Amino acid sequence: MIQIEQLHKRFGKNQVLKGIDLNITQKGIFAILGPNGSGKTTLIKAILGMVVPNKGKLLVDSISIKKNWKYRDQIDYLPQIANFPPNLTVKELIVMIKDLRNRPGEDKKLIELFMLEPFLTKKLSNLSGGTKQKVNIVLSLMFDSPIIILDEPTTGLDPIALIRLKELIKEEKAKGKIILITSHIMSFVEEMADEIVFLLEGKVYFKGNIDALKTQTKEANFERAIANLLTYDNA
Amino acid sequence: MLKILKYSFYDLIRSRWSYVYLLFYLLLGSVLLFLNNDLSKAVITLMNVIIILVPLIGTIFGVMYYYNSKEFTELLLAQPIKRSSIFIGQYLGVALSLTMSLILGLGIPFVLYGLFQSNEIWDFILLLVTGTFLTLIFTALAFNIALYNENKIKGFSYAILVWLFMAVIYDGLFLMSLIAFQSYPLDAFSIGATLVNPIDLSRILILLKLDISALLGYTGAVFQKFFGTNFGLFISIGTLSLWVLLPVLNIYRKCRKKDF
Repeated sequence: MIQIEQLHKRFGKNQVLKGIDLNITQKGIFAILGPNGSGKTTLIKAILGMVVPNKGKLLVDSISIKKNWKYRDQIDYLPQIANFPPNLTVKELIVMIKDLRNRPGEDKKLIELFMLEPFLTKKLSNLSGGTKQKVNIVLSLMFDSPIIILDEPTTGLDPIALIRLKELIKEEKAKGKIILITSHIMSFVEEMADEIVFLLEGKVYFKGNIDALKTQTKEANFERAIANLLTYDNA
Repeated sequence: MLKILKYSFYDLIRSRWSYVYLLFYLLLGSVLLFLNNDLSKAVITLMNVIIILVPLIGTIFGVMYYYNSKEFTELLLAQPIKRSSIFIGQYLGVALSLTMSLILGLGIPFVLYGLFQSNEIWDFILLLVTGTFLTLIFTALAFNIALYNENKIKGFSYAILVWLFMAVIYDGLFLMSLIAFQSYPLDAFSIGATLVNPIDLSRILILLKLDISALLGYTGAVFQKFFGTNFGLFISIGTLSLWVLLPVLNIYRKCRKKDF
């Protein structure tokens, strides 16, 4: 459960979040969309406590996250760019993250799913971008946490891995988790998301399911409906 | 924090650069002993190298490690770990692996040469202690600089500038002020100015320990009177510890407020 009230964040002169109000109480997949620079990543990082807000309240499971770090045990996070210590092997990295979180993970199942066995003893600096992303996914999804945040999860994945990732996300959803996803690939969003949170200029511009978005914008096609949201504002 | 320290340390002692650094000291130590055939002289030559090189390597490694592991740090920040543990752990990982290279690299040739049978063992230990302090100090300064500067190039330049100032420019200014005010009594001033700069302080400490302060003339006598006593040594070690403590505290303070 995530509650956000009047969240403001400024980087120097650049006001990125201008009063976000967002309540995520029910389970399901929420797609956070918006044009470049609309504050998607800042919002996600604020939830994770990586960005310190200037103003506003942010509660995870009804507990304020200010000066709190233990709540992050409830969250699995997949960062946008995967860059790991170059001198560690994949296996060591997985063991390390499990050790840091002090929890057993379902890494075996995920390693099999993404066919990572041949890479386990390789150093991370020798992996290709797509393989790194797979390792990234294993690292973030191996813990069974009630909240999952995925920042551009599809980057660099081959078609097979993409299909497996989608199945995996659906499985996690079936377990009754809250899943937040950002993506620029609209077909992926349309297939996966239960609800859309559309950010524009630091505010929540639209929140609702895909059908509601289509009726509001009078577009039959999801991609066009999103484009419509953008042009409406400009007009 | 210990877990982060452990993993940073493991990561670093496997990197090629740690080996290059270790090999360099091994080579330097062996060559100096071979050429000088005298422990005491080797220690003096080593001091001159260490006092310049250790701060330089500390700053560069510190800044480089911080910027290189930025994305990984972000991954750690999303884990249920306290922020200060992440940064202090990484700092200690870098500083301790550098210290280990220094101690092993110099220690092995000196021990093989017969350090334990000689009278110079305390001089050598003081050399290693100041080397360790300088590593801790300059790595901490580097982490501070990196924390305040998002821009890699800027961070690197500031780090190099800090090193250049401490190692070279400070001495020049010090010398010039001594010449400018030579008609005044400068004992207290020169002792104070030496205390403030960790590089100068380390150099004086080792010089005095080697009993060659007579070469420094009157200044040497003044320094001997202050730093040569137990009180002076205590103050010096205290100042060096303060130089470690203050930047580390600032890392602790700054990292809790920073956005990533």
